[in-house]
Amino acid sequence: MKTLEELLAIKAKAEKAMNVREEEGAGTRIVVGMATCGIAAGARPVLSGFADEIAKRNLKGVSVSQTGCIGMCQYEPIVEVFEEGKEKVTYIKMTPEKVARVVADHIVNGNPVVEYTVASIDK
Amino acid sequence: MYRSHVLVCGGTGCTSSNSTAIIEALEKEIEAKGLKDEVKVIKTGCFGLCALGPVMVVYPEGSFYSEVKVENIPEIVEEHLLKGRIVKHLLYEETTQTPDIKSINETNFYKKQKRVALRNCGVIDPENIEEYIAMDGYQALAKALTEMTPEDVINVVKDSGLRGRGGGGFPTGLKWSFTAKNSANQKYVVCNADEGDPGAFMDRSVLEGDPHCIVEAMTICGYATGATEGYIYVRAEYPIAVHRLEIAIKQAREYGLLGKDIFGSGFDFDLHIRLGAGAFVCGEETALMTSIEGNRGEPRPRPPYPAVKGLFAKPTTENNVETFANIPQIILRGAEYFNSMGTERSKGTKVFALGGKINNTGLVEIPMGTTLREIIEDIGGGIPNGKKFKAAQTGGPSGGCIPASLMDTEIDYDNLTAIGCMMGSGGLIVMDEDNCMVDIAKFFLDFTVDESCGKCTPCRIGTKRMMEILEKITNGKGTLEDLDELESLASYIKDNSLCGLGQTAPNPVLATLRFFRDEYVAHVVDKKCPAGVCKALLNFVIDEDKCKGCTLCARNCPVGAISGTVRNPHTIDSSKCIKCGVCVSNCKFKAISKK
Repeated sequence: MKTLEELLAIKAKAEKAMNVREEEGAGTRIVVGMATCGIAAGARPVLSGFADEIAKRNLKGVSVSQTGCIGMCQYEPIVEVFEEGKEKVTYIKMTPEKVARVVADHIVNGNPVVEYTVASIDK
Repeated sequence: MYRSHVLVCGGTGCTSSNSTAIIEALEKEIEAKGLKDEVKVIKTGCFGLCALGPVMVVYPEGSFYSEVKVENIPEIVEEHLLKGRIVKHLLYEETTQTPDIKSINETNFYKKQKRVALRNCGVIDPENIEEYIAMDGYQALAKALTEMTPEDVINVVKDSGLRGRGGGGFPTGLKWSFTAKNSANQKYVVCNADEGDPGAFMDRSVLEGDPHCIVEAMTICGYATGATEGYIYVRAEYPIAVHRLEIAIKQAREYGLLGKDIFGSGFDFDLHIRLGAGAFVCGEETALMTSIEGNRGEPRPRPPYPAVKGLFAKPTTENNVETFANIPQIILRGAEYFNSMGTERSKGTKVFALGGKINNTGLVEIPMGTTLREIIEDIGGGIPNGKKFKAAQTGGPSGGCIPASLMDTEIDYDNLTAIGCMMGSGGLIVMDEDNCMVDIAKFFLDFTVDESCGKCTPCRIGTKRMMEILEKITNGKGTLEDLDELESLASYIKDNSLCGLGQTAPNPVLATLRFFRDEYVAHVVDKKCPAGVCKALLNFVIDEDKCKGCTLCARNCPVGAISGTVRNPHTIDSSKCIKCGVCVSNCKFKAISKK
């Protein structure tokens, strides 16, 4: 080790891998439905897609977890986004491809992707 | 990218309650459920709540599982890790008593703590240098080597007000400046990890949970004092700590954080580990250095002090593990960060190992100035079985006891010295009404009699003589003159012993004589042991009114001292009775008592 920069580069990389261990608080929670119906519909790659995307962008205060059956099995994989002080947003029929846009538009910029949400069903 | 981290305590406490098997079961189950790429299992150092081990925390939720058993693992993996449902009934009970699950930091045990020396224990993987770096590790070293002169470093340590955590409380910055002043072709840094007090495990936990911080701190000390080599003297009875230290030193060398020209500053430093064979006297600084040199661990007279003529007759700085553990934070965050905590003359925090008659046995770190009452009642969760607090022993066999009447004493170096006690290295043994204080004094003195190295006469013979008097008293043969004799012997040993071991050995006797003289008098004059501990002074008696004649006691008595017929009150023949207490614990009618 010859410079502080080298140390800080290692720190940045290692910190990213440890973000998940931050105490949950006023952050954003992304919850993926991982009951049988969700998994059968392809929730697993969606879940890892979120985890990867968050790591790639080094987002802090965002956690990914899973939950059981939400009840609308025909719309799985379902993903719910909980943000402090805001209404929950429910995304349906998620795919790994949709994940990048949800993270970019919603999680980073605060604009939910309406056409992917449960509100789009009626249209 | 792992979406979930499972941290399992791999400290000595939890390891002995089987956390290694839990980690294996977790990994197997996670693999079986196909979660291997999503969930990571990390073995950490001590979380502190040893009484409830093995403990395990699942992130991102921060769920704190306690007393985890191998058979609980399938449920936790299936429910929590796979389906995202926290297994509430296995969580640490206190976190589940509100509608929202409480964070562990909100629980009584953790709430009043302030973790500086233990900041990474139970938080990072101690065998992974990158996790230490992620927690600002080695940044203090970088700062010291690239932005500060050795004098700057010493001044920051001086200004922080840090005092030696091994027990003596000597100002650390001053100690460093003594070594720095002496010029020599070789100087050394020594870390004293020969933690020998019965019931103390602060240093072990730091080494197990955060070994890199010791490596970093010793390197900083080397830079400040002009030493290029360091030795860590650690007990061979701490295999996990030794193993993790070895890994840490190897990793630090690989990353160029030990070795030549660290951070391009031209400063070289390297570390070695030396194992102690478990002699208590080797925790004394000069005996420790004699032992590192390959000789029999015996103290040498001071002066010359180690700063002048220490290890291999070269100027040496020796500090305790916990002292070093504070250094990186002081350098990185400044002297003000540290001296804003604590009391007027004792800055920062202190780690205590809570043991004895207390609910939350474990490791705690509190700001100086916290009262004993807060430690025992709030953090420690009080005394088990509704018993009454009697006293707490600090400083192990070199320290003294704090009686219940002084429970509101704010803990710092000077307050403890003022009440005839000492801070010590951090063992805090809690005693309740069932402990006999004469017996406690005898226990600690027995330890020092065993551990006296024998080099100087006051310690070798004096402690033995004191021990004989204590035995006489607990056998009911003591006289009031014996108490005076104890006191005069004690002061003679304190004044004339060569090293700290002998100079402090009489302390437990003196402290108990001071605060619990009435118990000594009861032993000597009334020939009674009020707590019912000293066997020679006890008689087991059966209360005729309560005894139903069930014969259970008579059948279980190992020496056949109990006689009687069915449905008639029994009697104990005290000439045969060996006072083992089997009858008392067997009696369903509480008819047998110690008198």
